[in-house]
Amino acid sequence: MAGMNKESKWSRLPVISHLRKSVGLQRTMLVIGLVLSGIFVLTAIFAPLIAPYGFAQSSDESGRFGAQMPPSPDHLWGTTVGGYDVFSRVIWGAPTAALVIIVAVVLSIFAGIILGLISGYLGGWIDRVLVVVADAIYAFPALLLAIVMSIVISGGQSNLFGGIMAAGIALTVVFVPQYFRVTRAETLRLKAEPFVESAKVVGASNIRIMSRHVFRNATRTLPLIFTLNASEAILTLAGLGFLGFGIEPTSAAEWGYDLNRALADASSGIWWTGLFPGLAIVLTVLGLTLVGESMNDLNDPRLRGRKRAGKTRTQEGRTTVETVPTVADVDGTGVEAAK
Amino acid sequence: MTQIATPSNLGKPVLSIDHLKVTFATDGGDVPAVKDVSLDVGSGEVVAIVGESGSGKTVTAKTILGLLPETAVSSGAVVLNGNDVISVSAQKMRQIRGKDVAMVFQEPSTALNPVFTVGWQISEGIRAHGKVSKKEARARAIEALTKVGIPDPEHRVDYYPHQFSGGQKQRVVIAAALALNPGLIVADEPSTALDVTVQAEILQLLRDLRDQYGVSIVLITHNMGVVADLADRVVVMYQGDVVEEADATALFANPQQDYTKKLLAAVPHLGRNSASAGFAASPPKFGEVLVQAKNLEIEYPGRLGQPAFKAVDRVSFQISAGEVYGLVGESGSGKTTIGRCIAGLNRATGGSLKVFDYEMVGFKERTFKPLRKDIGFVFQDPAASFNPHLTIGECVAEPVAIHEKRSARDIRKRVLELMDAVQLPSNFIDRYPHELSGGQRQRASLARALSLNPKLLVADEPTSALDVSVQAKVLELFKEIQAEFGFAALFISHDLAVVDMLAHRVGVLLRGEFVEEGIGNQIMSDPQHPYTQRLVASLPVPDPALQAQRREAHRAMFSS
Repeated sequence: MAGMNKESKWSRLPVISHLRKSVGLQRTMLVIGLVLSGIFVLTAIFAPLIAPYGFAQSSDESGRFGAQMPPSPDHLWGTTVGGYDVFSRVIWGAPTAALVIIVAVVLSIFAGIILGLISGYLGGWIDRVLVVVADAIYAFPALLLAIVMSIVISGGQSNLFGGIMAAGIALTVVFVPQYFRVTRAETLRLKAEPFVESAKVVGASNIRIMSRHVFRNATRTLPLIFTLNASEAILTLAGLGFLGFGIEPTSAAEWGYDLNRALADASSGIWWTGLFPGLAIVLTVLGLTLVGESMNDLNDPRLRGRKRAGKTRTQEGRTTVETVPTVADVDGTGVEAAK
Repeated sequence: MTQIATPSNLGKPVLSIDHLKVTFATDGGDVPAVKDVSLDVGSGEVVAIVGESGSGKTVTAKTILGLLPETAVSSGAVVLNGNDVISVSAQKMRQIRGKDVAMVFQEPSTALNPVFTVGWQISEGIRAHGKVSKKEARARAIEALTKVGIPDPEHRVDYYPHQFSGGQKQRVVIAAALALNPGLIVADEPSTALDVTVQAEILQLLRDLRDQYGVSIVLITHNMGVVADLADRVVVMYQGDVVEEADATALFANPQQDYTKKLLAAVPHLGRNSASAGFAASPPKFGEVLVQAKNLEIEYPGRLGQPAFKAVDRVSFQISAGEVYGLVGESGSGKTTIGRCIAGLNRATGGSLKVFDYEMVGFKERTFKPLRKDIGFVFQDPAASFNPHLTIGECVAEPVAIHEKRSARDIRKRVLELMDAVQLPSNFIDRYPHELSGGQRQRASLARALSLNPKLLVADEPTSALDVSVQAKVLELFKEIQAEFGFAALFISHDLAVVDMLAHRVGVLLRGEFVEEGIGNQIMSDPQHPYTQRLVASLPVPDPALQAQRREAHRAMFSS
């Protein structure tokens, strides 16, 4: 019994449940997104093992790497103008990006959900004030805010911590209204649901209602916003780096900064310094966006593609346990269709 | 496709369905909605398709108009004026819709587009079939509105849907269906969303249309009273199959199949099995007064600059321990507001409402909270009244967990007792609400309401979202449990027959005011106020002969 429960809970997890109910093109999109995001996450975790050199290493036992060297067996993707190994820099960029996502999204999810629940459930003047503030923040450009933050936190002199926190906090401020609005709207809807009223009739306290009855129901769409925001976080970090507010190359590797340094190389035919960090940004953002978009489509029963009725049996490879109850009828449909 | 239609007794059939089969693709695999349905509809005939939810009656109706969603696959033949609807092209289907067959939907307020005038919406169909000038389309829209008995159609053709009442909106929907004089109208639960008195008018209208214009009608309904009132022939469906097909009189007098018999037996009859039988002669003694309302007023605040809306106006009644009090009224009568007010979900604004001697006018949540454990509440929609993330066991245990400090084992034991009391198997304790059927959920809802042995139970339309057969069982259970636990109850319903089965005393509400109050079966059998009389007379009974008599009496009563 316990085992069965575990399995059903496991398969109800956001991404896994989505993968199970997807078919066709939607499944392909989701799988591509998952593979790209998976590569990103694995790279971020195992960067020290994968990268042949450190992110700020410009020489080894055999001497200096040399600047702007084309790809060679020693340096798979060549070296940069500063004499760093491009391949290693790209690999080391993944943990930096992942940290920014974690800081930004974790901070904003906590703040956004708590504010959303309180604002939606309690209503009144708290609600009105919070909504106005959220609206005001919407009008703020994320990049501008991030630049201000980076100056405030580290006086413009970015190191690893300063750079990540600047980008992370700027993004938090921008993302909080999004989580806040979604949670608040759901809370408002749920507040009128009979099961919340029933808890009220029973005499449950506000905190108990919010935490036990509203919270879990109100946060179902958040994985979706999370993936979409994650890609936005990467873009903002890269944008900051590109503008020169990034992280110093000696503190951490950062794709946007490398792109900026590669600007001048592009016109002189040195393609490898810009291409690989650029690709890393594009593929990571693409992967996260694909996961987010497919989850969005799969969440909505009207957008979700399904196998055509009566064909379940013919795709032997795809037949899952779910189809068992209707097997008897499927045979009949096949006969009818053939006729 | 071969045409195998058997000629019905009324000449060439307008519609003939032959071995229809519809399967839906869902997340849980294929679901057969209609397995094998064959039926004919003759010209000028009213054929009713009855069945419980999930029987495939609405899917059958939608197939006739080619309105199935993309996930559905259908086979067999649906022949309408020589065209097989299943295999025709989309363009041909568009020509057939409106001209040969039209549809009347369940909910008139959502079937009409709120931003266009009703005249525009009726002419839209007319102008979609051939070139018709604006002027002529308008004239024909007026004609259609006249047919369905909308007063002053020349002016009201330019009204917007919100300017009509619910019954009139349904008339407009019917007018739009009639605009092109189709041979067949498919009416999917045309009166379910309407109040009984309005329902009677709409059924009368459909009957007149059939008599005057010879329109055939396919009537989809779950209400046996409506079937008895209107149908010539009845097709009973169960889980996608036709169980029985017979003339209306024959079916009601002498049902052949077990399922049909069960279905008919489950329909509540007014005056049969009344809870208050014999009370007039010897009124029973109830205990102390639990709820006392004196000139109770409940207002909803109006928008800025608009006056407040008075939902309940000068209502007085009392509920004693052990008594079941029934509140009857149509939508908007304020019956639910009163129930919610007693449970502290709405605020009373005037007069006096005492619940366990606690004055609810100007109540404070903090001081009222200790009393909440003595009030149970059963909500209308069993699907929405449980937190989807908690198991049934956790949901039922919620009140106990809040009010009593007990160990987890103790709570579980209590939940099992309750589940037993409402006749739910004990292994349901670990299931999630969506894994239960509507009836089972409503039992669990009852278990939750009873978990703290409340002195008072408020039941707000607890059975109106359930099928008749399920409703009968839940009502039976309610009656048994009430007798066993002896709590007082406020039972709110729009269905007179249901209230009569359970309530000892009944109050009839009209627009927030009491029009009549007294012993249940006295009010039902001998209503004094004209509104109550109309309410009782409008309720269709599941017996065609008796219903025909009642209809005549009803008409005589209100035309004079």
